[in-house]
Order: sequence, then structure tokens, then C-alpha cells
Amino acid sequence: MKLIHCPKVGTRPASEFVYGGLWRPMPDPDSTTDMEWSHYVFHRDGAPGVQREWWCHAPTGMWFVAERDTMKDEFLRTMTVAEAMKDLAHG
Amino acid sequence: MARRLPLRDGEWIDRGRPLRFTFEGREYSAFAGDTISSALLANGVRVLGRSFKYHRPRGVFSAANHDSNVLLQSDSDFNIRGDVTAVADGMRLTAINTQGGLDKDRGRFMDRLSPLLPVGFYYKTFHRPKALFPFWENQIRKRAGLGRIDTQWPELRLPKRHGFCDLLVVGAGPSGLSAAITAAESGARVWLVDENARAGGSLNDRQDGTLRDQLLARLAGLPNLTFLPDTVAAGWYADHYVPLVTPEGLIRLRARAVIVAGGVYEQPAVFRNNDLPGVMLASAALRLARRYGVAACESAVILAANNDAYRNALELKALGTDIKAIVDLDDPEARGDLHDAVKSAGIAVHGRSTVYSAEGEGLLAAVTVCALDAEGRAKPETAQRIDCDGLLMSVGYAPAAPILYQAGTRMVFAEIPGQFVPEQLPPGVFACGRVNGVFDLDARVADGAAAAGEALAHLDMQTGPAARPGRSSERMSHPWPVFPHPKGKNFVDLDEDLQLKDLERAAAEGFDNIELLKRYSTVGMGPSQGKHANMNAVRILARLNNQSIGATGTTTARPFYHPVPIKHLAGRRLRPERRTPMHGWHRDHGAVFMPAGHWQRPKYYGPAPEAEAIRAEVMAVREGVGLIDVSTLGKVEVFGPDAARFMDQLYTLKLSTVKQGMTRYALMVDEAGVVIDDGVCARWGEEHFYVSTTTTGAEAIFRQMQRMIGEWNLKVDVVNRTSQLASMNIAGPLTREVLQPLTDVDLSQAAFPFLGARQGRVAGVPAWLFRVGFVGELGFEIHVPAAQALHVWEALVEAGESKGIRPFGVEAQRQLRLEKGHLIVGQDTDGTSSPFDANMAWAVKLDKPFFQGKRSLQILKERAANRLVGFRLPGNHPGPIPRECHLVIHDDDIAGRVTSIGYSPSLKAWVGLAMVDKALADAAQLSIRVEGAVIIQADVVPTPFYDPEGLRQKPETAGEVSA
Repeated sequence: MKLIHCPKVGTRPASEFVYGGLWRPMPDPDSTTDMEWSHYVFHRDGAPGVQREWWCHAPTGMWFVAERDTMKDEFLRTMTVAEAMKDLAHG
Repeated sequence: MARRLPLRDGEWIDRGRPLRFTFEGREYSAFAGDTISSALLANGVRVLGRSFKYHRPRGVFSAANHDSNVLLQSDSDFNIRGDVTAVADGMRLTAINTQGGLDKDRGRFMDRLSPLLPVGFYYKTFHRPKALFPFWENQIRKRAGLGRIDTQWPELRLPKRHGFCDLLVVGAGPSGLSAAITAAESGARVWLVDENARAGGSLNDRQDGTLRDQLLARLAGLPNLTFLPDTVAAGWYADHYVPLVTPEGLIRLRARAVIVAGGVYEQPAVFRNNDLPGVMLASAALRLARRYGVAACESAVILAANNDAYRNALELKALGTDIKAIVDLDDPEARGDLHDAVKSAGIAVHGRSTVYSAEGEGLLAAVTVCALDAEGRAKPETAQRIDCDGLLMSVGYAPAAPILYQAGTRMVFAEIPGQFVPEQLPPGVFACGRVNGVFDLDARVADGAAAAGEALAHLDMQTGPAARPGRSSERMSHPWPVFPHPKGKNFVDLDEDLQLKDLERAAAEGFDNIELLKRYSTVGMGPSQGKHANMNAVRILARLNNQSIGATGTTTARPFYHPVPIKHLAGRRLRPERRTPMHGWHRDHGAVFMPAGHWQRPKYYGPAPEAEAIRAEVMAVREGVGLIDVSTLGKVEVFGPDAARFMDQLYTLKLSTVKQGMTRYALMVDEAGVVIDDGVCARWGEEHFYVSTTTTGAEAIFRQMQRMIGEWNLKVDVVNRTSQLASMNIAGPLTREVLQPLTDVDLSQAAFPFLGARQGRVAGVPAWLFRVGFVGELGFEIHVPAAQALHVWEALVEAGESKGIRPFGVEAQRQLRLEKGHLIVGQDTDGTSSPFDANMAWAVKLDKPFFQGKRSLQILKERAANRLVGFRLPGNHPGPIPRECHLVIHDDDIAGRVTSIGYSPSLKAWVGLAMVDKALADAAQLSIRVEGAVIIQADVVPTPFYDPEGLRQKPETAGEVSA
């Protein structure tokens, strides 16, 4: 079983974690087109590669963001939601 | 003749403890420590089983846990491996896969049918005529499968444990012992496992036990080294999570690094009748002799293709075996000193020759030896016969690398020493010893120590590992130990009775990729999982394809490395169940329970029959007073400066405008605008809310809340009160009369209006009260600490006794809410239903600045495709009653489905809800297809069916209206 590193809780076995889907910043719902919005709601990029994902450490309810190579099932790094947001603002 | 050897030091049997057991109805003796195979050989029994397909007699082959033709049945177990399973006193054993016993097996005629059973015949025959297939299927099923399960056997479950260590070493041979000891002496917590009963590996099979004894002495002095014998490391999972199968049960071991020192499997040669009992791997004969004091044969021929063959010949001769000849596939002169040594021991050597066929009726009696031509083919004209009862093969090895493969190691084929070796290992995984291509004994010890150094460096416990000694420069495995024979019966896979011609034919039919060849021919798919077949299959395919071994590749190694009995894997039948504090009371009062998520909830209260009980419970609520346990609802407290904004963003209605001491319905949709949950939201303070969720949604919704706090970056805290607080709903026209005397909260209309929320005490217990109306009568939901909930419940029941209070269950509640037209999320809606589909446009406030799903609902508002409508069966409806999920039909097409239905005792009619195409929302009638494809008509009617103005929930208002 995999080990996953939660930025707050530490390293724990994967069975304690819940996958929460791709981490996708929401477009501005008031200005986006219907097409862009439906793309945001329904489209997921399933191609293997480096993805950012929501993960939750279930016993503590701690949500965080993980950068994972889905081709290799390898966690590259994990970060708090605030860090991920900041990353986004700078990126 | 096989026989017991004189007592020698180091053997694994205890000659002071004799045992008795029976095999095929005859009694035999054994010693404690004997395996079933060794004991039978000691008694001169050499035919130990029948093969799977052709029912050919088979005997000991590997004596190393891979003898899949020696599988036995006992009174309490099946598919017992004779070559490794210890004899127990009183065991009663039979060979599996025989009809009428091992000797007279009626299945042996299959051997003569073998020309009619080519590879893949299952796929090609029995299809036509179709009518005969059931007959053939029955016949094949009788022949397929191994062993017999007795359903009267007791259930066996073994405990599962967890283990943790710095370093796991797999294999306790010279290199594994050296690695484990080196790492442990440096302070690492080391686990060492070996599938054998004792440590030492191949060191146990040599006359000179000095090195073994030295290593075992060091091992014994290390408290931080755990050695587990009889233990198989069954697989490698991510981050070094390794299941260890021990006799006491499974250990899930989490290591920080793994060293694989699994050694090699000795490999057979392929020649005619290479399956006769008496033909075996040389390592099998040595193992039997040294560990169990058993001579597998009296006079042996050794088929040789490496220097080990010569050493084995000398070892066996020293043990008293008459070595008739060494038949060397190569040039014996190249063996140097070893050649001289066997010559001076008086052993004849046939250079550049092979065993062309084994001879004998059911037992080896002789071998036919032929010289080889320049291409390595046998020359039949040179045939000479050598009488012997043992043919011992030392022609090559294959690495025991499944764990390495599973961990993602890239293996390459090395011509020298002639096997696959690790080329690139994943982080934290190391290999040493023969699995790493290192064969010299001293080098194996050094390789183990060096691997330990690398592992310690990986663990940051030591830097600068020692240099590796390098791989063997001798060729240990012959590149082509395969000898075609016009009469065949030269087996590549003994598990599945696959001959050379079967693989040739499979490749010729186009299955010429190693993975396809495996699946079509089943090579490597038997109980030994190809440990003695795959390497030769790869060689054969490589030659047929004119490819290198490396280009041909190997099949994928998957867990488990070795068959694991289900008892190791089967979990306890543990179905976690949640019970409310009032569960015992419900049980004592005749409740029939039903599951609701993880919870058990009273469906209704007996002993009356279900329909009658539910009807009575409904009428109690409508006409008197009823009490239901709703503790299973999810309950969440929301605090913080942004609490109001959080609630507005989470739910579709505007909750920031709920006044303190009031409640409001709360409906949640996801980003796609699909209804996912509902509940009631109460406000206790400016920054303090309390909201309920559905029973089954509680966990997911709470988790969603935790996530949205982060995503929306709000100053909010949520607390899950679901199991801390129990709740009950008292409802019915007589509610106030029952509840008021028990509480300090003023329940009058003036003090506690409809949808109000109050804090106070009920039966002396601190309580939150909500005046809500899911069932459509005057009612209060009472939330109290779980520990005091039973007390409150009993107080209410006692206070209501004179009013005829009645507990009611989930079914009555469903019926009551249906009469009111209230939907249940997940029953009346599905994964596509928006609030507009659910006829709940009133619950969506699109003028809020933002809420989850708002944008989708803006789009869906005009496009909702469905509509939840109420229907009622005509009063005199004679026919069958629709059930939930029965289809609504329009123009011969599906136009919806019934989502809820029930008989309303209040209305004396069947009423229901149906999700239908929007076009039908205004129809007067629905056509519903019920059981037996009967179409019935139902009237579409507005909801609520019962008390449409809601006057019963607000009787005072009714007074005002009437006044």
C-alpha cells in the first residue's frame, strides 16, 4: 500500500486518504461562457502525466493538494490548499 | 531404490520421534521433520502423483516447493504440497487428480489420447454442434481443477498482523544472511524471511557446514534482527509493503528498504520422458539427502551443463549414491580441476552429449545418451543405454526474481552467467547473491554485505557502501537444453503437461509473443507458476522467432509470487453497523430494523404484520401523537465570521437571512446543479449555524464542507455532531400535550412559531428544539446529547402513554412525507436531477451573488428536461399497483419512472411521485407499466396530496383562517 505525505498530518498509509478529483481552479462563473463553464464542470483530463489533485486525510478531515505523476503513480509533492492557491496566483 | 540414509549431522529430521501416516490407503513411517515426499521416498515410494492433463505418473522433481504434480488431499485440506509440507502423525493422504487411486488411475488413458489433444484444443473443439456443448462442458469440468473441497470443513481464518522494519531481506541463504547480519550489526531493524524451515539456504545441502554455522551464530546474537522461517514474501506493493505469509497467518510488513536474496530455481532440460519419476533436479537430490536423510535413487546419471554439476556429483557420491556417469552438454575439459576430481573418483564422463530420452515403465530404469553435433542436436545413431534409477539435472538456473519484477526492476539477459539479472533497480530495492548473477560462494557473502551497505546508505544510516564483487564469469545455464524427439513427450511444463511440440504449434498458429504464448498454451499458468517452465519456454520461443532472449522477454510477474491459501486472505466477516442510543429500546418494543447507510433504523414496530403496523403508525401521527428516532441524520455546527456567507455559498436558498432562533430548508446541489443533499438549517447566533444532512450523505457532505472552507478561503469552522447528538421527532395533533409538561420551553404558537428553533431542557436534559414538519403535522425535532437520549425518549413515551403515543418507523415516515409531497434526495431524485427537475424552483435563489452550482442552475433553469409530479390511482383502481422504478410510458416510449408510491390511509388512496419528461408534467394522466407488462392509468395531481395549505403543521393559523 502506498504511503502519502499530508503537509499537516505527515506520512500515512493510502487507506487513510480519500481522493477528491482533479484540483481545478473555478473560472469566474459570472463572466465565463456556457461552453467554458460546461468544460469546467464536465471535462477531466485523463491523460497520464503530472496532475494536481485534491486529497483528504479522512480521519482528520485535512484537505490538501498533491502533485502526482499519474503515469507512474508517484506523488511529487503535496501542499496545503493555501500554498496551492498562492502557487496558482504566481504561476 | 530410494531409501533412508544413515544418520548425519545437520539433518532436519528427528530420528527419535517416529510418526505414522497413510498414503493411498497404506500405512508408512516417517520421522518428525520429514516432508511428505521425503517420507514416502524413504519408504521406497517414488510415484507420488499423476499429472494434470495426461495422468502420467510423477514423482519428486524440485523438492523446493514447486512440485505441482505432488499435490495431496488430507481429511481436512487439499492441494497440500508434498515436497515441503511436514508429515503429521496420523495424516491420511491421497494423491489428487486420480480416478480410483494413484496406481490404477482410470484417467491414465488420457496419455494415449495425447496426440488428439493438441495445444489450444479447448478453444478449437466442443463448439459444434452447439447442442452438445453442455455435455462437453460437464465432462471438461470433471477433469479440470485440482483437489476436492469438503464443504463440511470448518471455516479457517488466520489473523492478520502488521510489521514494521528498516530493512526486509528476502531469502536466508549465504547472501541474504550476510546482508541481514551486516545491516543489523550496523543498528538497522532487520527482518529476514525464508520459505524453508531453517536458515542457510543452499548451505544446508553441502557437506561442509562451517560457513552456515558461522553465519547462524552471528544471526543468533542480534536482537534487532527478526528471522521468520517458513515464511513467503508473497509480493511487493508500493512503498515496500510486503505481505509475509507465515504459518500463523499474514503479516503486512512495511519496510523502508528491501533486499532480494531469493537465489535461483534450478532448471530442467527438455528431452523425451523427462517427467518419469526418478528424473529430477540435482538440487532436489542433494536437498533430500542432506536435510531429510533420504537417497532419492541408488544409481544416478548426472546431466551437466555447469561446474555445479560436478560438485553435486562428488557430494552425492560421498553420500553413497552410485554415480553411473556425468553426461555433459559441453566440453568437460573446460571444467578443469573438477573434471579431474570426478575422473579420479571413478565417474565416467560423456562430453558433448545429452540424455536423449529417459526409459522405463512408470519409473526411470535407464537413460539413452547421445552425442551432440556441432549445432547441439542429439545424434540418435550414437545412442547408448545407461541403467540408472535416478537422472539428476544440473543444466542451469533461473533467478527467483518475482519480487524484483513486481517492484519495477528492469532485468536484462546476461549470456554469462546465462540468466536474467537486475539492470536497474527501483529506489530502496536491492538484489544480491545468485538472483543477482553472483555464484561463487565467497562472492555471494560479499555481495550480500555490499547490498546491505547500499541499503543502509539509502536509509541514511551509513555512507560509502562496499564494492560489489561482480557477477559470475562462468556460464551457469546452458543456452539450449532442449532436445527434440520424434516421439515427443519432452515436457516443458510439468504442471500443464506441455510438450515442446505444443509450444512450437502455438507459435506457428501465430501466438508467437511470450504473453500470447503463455495464454494460449497455458505455459507457466499451473500451480508452480512457471518456475521450472518459463525460462525454457522463452528459449524455445526465442529460437522459433530467431530472436535473442532479451528481445523475447518474459511474462509479467504479478503478486502473489506463490499460491496463498484463502484462509490467509479472508477477512473477518465484520460489517460495521451504527446504532442510535435508542436501539435497544426499539428492539425491545418489536422494531423490525432496516439498514440506512451504516445505520440500523426501525422500519416499523411489530408484532403486527408490516402493512398493518405501518398504517397504524401513520394514523397515530395523523390523529394522535407519534415519536420517531431521527438520530441518524447528519448534524453539523458551523461557526465563524464567515459562517453566514459559507451557508449561502453552500446551499441554494438564502440562509444568511435566517433570523436567530429560526430554521430554513437547506438544499444542496453540486457544481453541475444536481441535487445532492437536503436538511434543515437553524441559526443560533450571528456567526453560528446548525444544519442537518441526510443520513447517508452525512459523511460526504461534512467532508465537502471541510474542503469548501479551504477552497473558498473562509473563516469558518465546522464540527460534526452526528454521533454526539441524538434526535427524535415528536409529531401529531396531541404533541403539545405530551411535550409541554416535560420542557421549560414555551411551545405555544406565540412563543415558538412554525420553523422556530429554541434551546432549553426536555426531561431535565439540555435540548435543542426545532418546530419543523417533514411529516406534515404539528411536530418538534428534539436534539439532545446522545448519552441522555434514551432517558428523554423514555420520558416522552411515558408522558404520552395516556395520549396513545406510538413510536413510528422509517416506512411510516416515508408514507407521511409522501402524503405531503416531500421528496427524498436519492430516491425521488437521481444523479441528473436539478432542483428544477425536482419541481423545487422555489428552493433556488439565483439572485444570490454566488453559490455552488449557481452557474449551472442558471443554464438549466429553462432547460430542465424532467419534472417530478404527483399522481394518484383512481379510487376504484382494480389492477396491480405500480412499484418504485416502474416505467412511465408515453407514445410507446419510456417517459419517466415512479420514484415513490404508497397507500395513504389518510386519503384512502394510492399516491406516488414520478419523475417524468417535462412534456408530461401538465398531462392529466400517466400511463405506468407495471408487472406483467400491464399498463395502468394514474391521475396527475398537484402536491402536497394531504393538507395542501399546511394548516395541520400550524393549527393556530388554521384557527386564524377560520376565524
